[in-house]
Amino acid sequence: MRARYGLRFAALTYLMLLLVLPVGLVFYRTFQHGLEPVWNAMTDPDFLHALWLTLLIALIAVPLNTIFGVACALVLVRQRFRGKAVLNALVDLPFALSPVVVGLALFLVYARTGWFGPWLDAHGIQIVFALPAMVLATIFVSLPFVVREVVPVLREIGTEQEEAAWTLGASPLATFRRITLPAIRWGVTYGVVLTTARCLGEFGAVSVVSGNLIGKTQTLTLHVNNRFQAFDLVGAYTASVVLAVLALMTLFLMNLFRKETPRVDSGPRRDEALR
Amino acid sequence: MIGYLSFIVLIPLAAVIWKSTGSGLEGFWNAVTSPAALASLKLTFGASVVVALVNAVMGTLIAWVLVRDDFPGKGLVNSLIDLPFALPTIVAGLTLLALYGPRGPIGINIAYTRLAIVAALLFVTLPFVVRSVQPVVHELDREMEEAAASLGAGGFTIFRRVILPNLVPAILSGVALAFARAVGEFGAVILISGNIPFKTQVASVQIFSNIESDRPTAAAALSVVLLAFSFLTLLALDLVRRWGSKHES
Repeated sequence: MRARYGLRFAALTYLMLLLVLPVGLVFYRTFQHGLEPVWNAMTDPDFLHALWLTLLIALIAVPLNTIFGVACALVLVRQRFRGKAVLNALVDLPFALSPVVVGLALFLVYARTGWFGPWLDAHGIQIVFALPAMVLATIFVSLPFVVREVVPVLREIGTEQEEAAWTLGASPLATFRRITLPAIRWGVTYGVVLTTARCLGEFGAVSVVSGNLIGKTQTLTLHVNNRFQAFDLVGAYTASVVLAVLALMTLFLMNLFRKETPRVDSGPRRDEALR
Repeated sequence: MIGYLSFIVLIPLAAVIWKSTGSGLEGFWNAVTSPAALASLKLTFGASVVVALVNAVMGTLIAWVLVRDDFPGKGLVNSLIDLPFALPTIVAGLTLLALYGPRGPIGINIAYTRLAIVAALLFVTLPFVVRSVQPVVHELDREMEEAAASLGAGGFTIFRRVILPNLVPAILSGVALAFARAVGEFGAVILISGNIPFKTQVASVQIFSNIESDRPTAAAALSVVLLAFSFLTLLALDLVRRWGSKHES
């Protein structure tokens, strides 16, 4: 019994010191001097532009990664081909790779001095230090989530129902829409929630390719950094709280959808079926 | 689909590798073994090893408490574990700096030290081991523990001889993910580390300042080291998982 309380105490203290107190303190510090400074920080045009840009990038990146994620999961689970292991590893790579490396990689291809630079320049297309590169960076870092959530669900549902639909004369598209999609919808939803959270919070890759131009290419996370460097703590804390509230909403949705998904969460055996 | 992957992942990564050898293999080697690069790589891997070890112990402990213990608010604590995944890393760094920084309310100031880097990395890697071990603890056969107890084994012996062997694959796979994440982390450390060369400048931050000061070859060389390391981690992870699933059946 003593050991049990000891373990509980150790676990809760660790979480308290590492997670709860620091995050709680930022909330307290934000509202410490009342609502007015917070309101001023939130109506600052730079803040509003950063918020809008963050949402815009997520609005582009999340649907693209959702479509890619479902297609990629279908290919990984339902098809046999050479190089499947390579594709599998590539999809996981953004999880293991530093976001700064991602930013540098895109920079070396799409910047003026990069591989495609001269061609892009000749056609008047600007990618780096503008929205397109920020979207590309965000897509890169949030690439794996939908794939990794949909793959185990596809494994689990098998192909019986799809085969039945085919024998009854349904077209591939109709089969996908009427049979496969409804079966994987919670996996997709869970993946979309994770992708969105990752998109809203991306910092490293975006800070390399965006050029960090205030009021132009500054997302909310870059705004936090910028306000902090300018000693504007209220501004930094306010933007942080907005991002933290979005994160807490993500947590809420994750809990909601995890209950709907029939399997246990990310265990080590989750994508073993893949190999 | 191949086009999507090519333009976003493959071609850019190829560009990094190409750029890193822009001034020959010798140039690559010189960039990677320059004193600043070596110092940052040593710090990055050293801090990540510490973080991996702390996570192995604390992550397993938290997973255990969340499954086997019961107390009011457990559900809330359980959902809080995922907060580091959902919270932007720059915010994570800022919150730690607010509590443990120069103007913190408890008078502890670890800002701009290596300890601060470890703390930031512990924050962002918290969920990996917990979420990897939790389902395995859930499926543990309690009868084995009871059998061991009835044969006279003490609490610690039961843990070491009966419980731990079952958890090892899950712990290792969580630790590998946490380690990989720690090595590449940028947002959480940039504010709290102070970015002091030779002292608190981790590899990702050094890559960033190399880009900023227009030394793309040096940045690319260091990136290739991290890239190679990411591949190795994924490979190790794959081996751990295969070993784990063979272990089970």
